[in-house]
Amino acid sequence: MPMTILTVDDSRTMRDMLNLALSEAGYRVVDAVDGAHGLERLREEKPDVIITDINMPRLDGFGFIEAVRNDPGYRSIPILVLTTENAPEKKDRARKAGATGWIVKPFDAEKLVSAVRRVAA
Amino acid sequence: MTAVDTMATIRQTFFQECEEQLNETETGLLALEIGEADAETVNAVFRAVHSIKGGAGAFKFERLVRFAHKFETALDRLRDHRMEPSPGVMKIMLRSADLLADLVREAQGQQEVEDARLQALSADLAGLSEDEAPAPAAASDEGDSFGFQPLTLSLDGFAPVAAMQDWRIFFRPMPDLYRRGNEPARILRELAQLGAVSTRCDASALPLLDAFDPNGAYLAWTIDLATAAPRDAVEEVFDFVRDDCELTIETVAAASAAKDEAANGDGLDFTPLTIDLPAPEAAATPREKPKPEIAKLETAKAEAPVSQTIRVDLERVDRLANLVGELVINQAMLSQSILDAGLPRACKAFDDLTSLEQLTREIQEGIMAIRAQPVKPLFQRMTRIVRELADMTGKQVRLKTEGEATEVDRTVFEKLADPLTHMIRNAIDHGLESPEERRAAGKPDQGEVRLSAAHRSGRIFIDVSDDGKGIDRARVKAKAVEKDLIAADAQLSSAEIDSLLFLPGFSTASTVSDISGRGVGMDVVRSSIQSLGGRISITSRPGLGTTFSMSLPLTLAVLDGMVVRVADQTLVAPLTAIVETLRPKAQQVHRLGVETRVLADRGVFVPLIDVGREMGYRDDEADPTLGVVIIVESEGGRRCALIVDAILDQRQVVIKSLETNYQHIPGVAAATILGDGRVALILDIDIFVAGASAHAQSPLAAE
Repeated sequence: MPMTILTVDDSRTMRDMLNLALSEAGYRVVDAVDGAHGLERLREEKPDVIITDINMPRLDGFGFIEAVRNDPGYRSIPILVLTTENAPEKKDRARKAGATGWIVKPFDAEKLVSAVRRVAA
Repeated sequence: MTAVDTMATIRQTFFQECEEQLNETETGLLALEIGEADAETVNAVFRAVHSIKGGAGAFKFERLVRFAHKFETALDRLRDHRMEPSPGVMKIMLRSADLLADLVREAQGQQEVEDARLQALSADLAGLSEDEAPAPAAASDEGDSFGFQPLTLSLDGFAPVAAMQDWRIFFRPMPDLYRRGNEPARILRELAQLGAVSTRCDASALPLLDAFDPNGAYLAWTIDLATAAPRDAVEEVFDFVRDDCELTIETVAAASAAKDEAANGDGLDFTPLTIDLPAPEAAATPREKPKPEIAKLETAKAEAPVSQTIRVDLERVDRLANLVGELVINQAMLSQSILDAGLPRACKAFDDLTSLEQLTREIQEGIMAIRAQPVKPLFQRMTRIVRELADMTGKQVRLKTEGEATEVDRTVFEKLADPLTHMIRNAIDHGLESPEERRAAGKPDQGEVRLSAAHRSGRIFIDVSDDGKGIDRARVKAKAVEKDLIAADAQLSSAEIDSLLFLPGFSTASTVSDISGRGVGMDVVRSSIQSLGGRISITSRPGLGTTFSMSLPLTLAVLDGMVVRVADQTLVAPLTAIVETLRPKAQQVHRLGVETRVLADRGVFVPLIDVGREMGYRDDEADPTLGVVIIVESEGGRRCALIVDAILDQRQVVIKSLETNYQHIPGVAAATILGDGRVALILDIDIFVAGASAHAQSPLAAE
């Protein structure tokens, strides 16, 4: 069975791009429109990897990552954050919240998939 | 679907999303401008612009990306209160939103944005960020990594030319590495893809079970790697964990020197343990099963429901709508056949037919609901036009909108933008006065343009009104005489003079102004509204303002109609226009002059229209007492009585455009196909009513 990846991003364009690249690489992709929705989808879909945006309505990426890490079932699930800029302070905050790694936007498919491979079995 | 198709689809999604985000931006900025914004508003605007930038980056729309970035930088300052939303700031912000919208259109290939405009606004935005010396965001201005940096990490690890190099890597994870979901095993595996690896695990720090902390980190690895990959590629593997581990990466020569030194010192007293991949997960946090803690998160879910939507290609919905149209016709035909079969009235077929009818109607309403969309985006577009015009004319204008949630069919929606734009232009350019004039008239400096939508009795009503000076009737009349549109001595009522604005070729401005001109007059507005099955009327009060009122059908696909017979022809009268039907008595009919007859109905005289003669079906005058009279009312509230021979049926009919399939015929709104397969014409009630009052009272011809 292919690995399931949960993508969390409020931009439909970005979700579609992630979904395209990841499904072409053979992953099963499920998505969510913000952090709060992401937590719901997490329970429904039990993904193997999470890719999340940072700036989102309702629950942003930092809050989402913290919530995921506080759930004993997902304490060690790999979480990659999407950052537009190479902004070190954002990366740092995401790391503090518990992010496993990051992907700098705009990304190409190769970069995305290699980041996923790096964190996922 | 190929990847190329998918990319094209995503591109489309991007532009759709841009529209939404541009709307969000504008709404938010407008709220900020009038001080009705909260922290989340600024955040939402920032997010919208940020998203546009993100998507644009992926599609390499460089100009859009660069400008969005500057805009975002300025918004960021608003967001952290480093800058206040003063009128000056908001003006730049709103203009930037307009420019951003234009740049999106440019990316779509729909228009080109002048460099000068782009540079001027970019400078304005930069100016906003400058007051503070080392603006942190501005530092990364152009330098942001927007270019693609394709990482050519060869997964086979064999670059034929590069020389092989032996590396010794020491790697000791710290507890945080596990806490963040990283796994040494995966890192080792990734290293193995770069070349040949030999790994030793140091488990000497592993405590006895009772002292074992599941969140601790006890293992370390020494990895020998022989690879042709450059150092960067080796380091890249540790990119995510660099700050969460002890890491040294050296060439083997350097490493052995260090090792010798160490051996001479306190020595290496761990037991080397050579292992196979994957490495043991002993130190990693075990994945436990979810515990009742979830309950807390479930509550969060209940608080914030996510509306479930799907995106459907419009074409599919339109196809479905057309099919339902056919279904309605088909069902009508079926009813006809069952009737013709002469079955007894109690027959089950009639019951079934009724439920089929009911279902068909429900399906139809369902599909119409899918195509319906609120007028809000359309109204929002107008705010920009108002702003631009206010700038151009030097007038102060506030746009007030009402009923933004009113839904109209998509087909109607799309065709409304142009006429609305024109009416708004007209209201600001011709309707509103300059601030000085307004002050002189005792009005506030700022004029108001009001745009409202409402849904009443199966139609949509949209009004555009201003609180300006009203129509200068003397000037309008003089102009009409000058243009030979009316006779110099024509006696016109105020309403008739106002209606002159809708005549083709009429324009009050002596030179066609840049603003409302553009080569279109109100006649074009009227005909585009009419082509939507709508009506437009104008009311004006001197000194107080002018209102354009439009009424439009909810949908262009079907209507409820009364099927009538006139001189052996079958016609359909729209049910919404019908007030009542009656069989008049002879004493109710009065003659006015030779041609005109009126019907006295409950003390009111209503002009009688002989549909058969008007439509050219017969020459002789119909006797209203032998047939049926249908009292109809136009949009303007005026009534007339149509003489028909008989009422045949009342049913829903599918509208088939005559213009598309044949040509426009005055008095006929459209055509339809009846149950027996025959074509019937749908009457244009307003034309009849207008014609009747024209015959009766006015020197103006109807059409």
